[in-house]
Amino acid sequence: MSSNKVEENVSATQALSGRSTSLPMSRVKLIMKSSPDVSHINQDALFLTTKATELFVQHLAQYSFRKGCGKERNALGYSDLAKAAEEAEPFHFLTDILPKKILARDYLRSLEERTEDSD
Amino acid sequence: MAERPEDLNLPNAVITRIIKEALPDGVNVSKEARRAISQAASVFVLYATSCANNFAMKAKRKTLNAGDVMAAIEEMEFERFLQPLQEALEAYKKSQKGKKEASELKRKDRERKADDDNDRSREEDIEEEQDDDEGEAEEEVEN
Repeated sequence: MSSNKVEENVSATQALSGRSTSLPMSRVKLIMKSSPDVSHINQDALFLTTKATELFVQHLAQYSFRKGCGKERNALGYSDLAKAAEEAEPFHFLTDILPKKILARDYLRSLEERTEDSD
Repeated sequence: MAERPEDLNLPNAVITRIIKEALPDGVNVSKEARRAISQAASVFVLYATSCANNFAMKAKRKTLNAGDVMAAIEEMEFERFLQPLQEALEAYKKSQKGKKEASELKRKDRERKADDDNDRSREEDIEEEQDDDEGEAEEEVEN
């Protein structure tokens, strides 16, 4: 029982290089199974995918923070993530879900300009 | 099994913890950023799965294995993950082997105990039969 407690107290960062996962493998498996054409997933593959996802979260957070253009230097905001998705190749697959935000009025203005062009 | 949309999300508490430990102390992470990272992580799982599955299908296999995932990670341009993943996998396989051996030992132990119990109860049954026989003999004498 006490060994279970030790594992819980291990920080997420330590766990990243070890044999246990912070993210629940059962949940990762659910997501994987929602992918079409996937029938069976071997246990090692499930472990690796879960681990890789943890590394991904760490990497995305760190990269976005370092390169971020957030207003405060000690903060990580959505725009930092959107910027990372646009600028770093490995993060390009995220551009659809992390779109850059523009002000509504800028969008409306660009719409007007487009309709003027077609006249 | 129908999945509800929230089932395809990863637990917020864990995502938050990983983010916090990846960044220097005191960095404020907005709620919006945390949600976005969580969604990005789910998309990552889907992308990695789809990519790994392509490798499996090419090899005419129906089961995704570790090699497929590693190949997918490399294809997705996350080579920096390969080394730590390999190390983690080795540690994981060792611990799984240890667990398997431990549960094998437990199973053998239980079977041995069950056999001992059976032997003991058989002896008790034989003793009871002998007592009964003695009882019947006494009754007959009384009648």
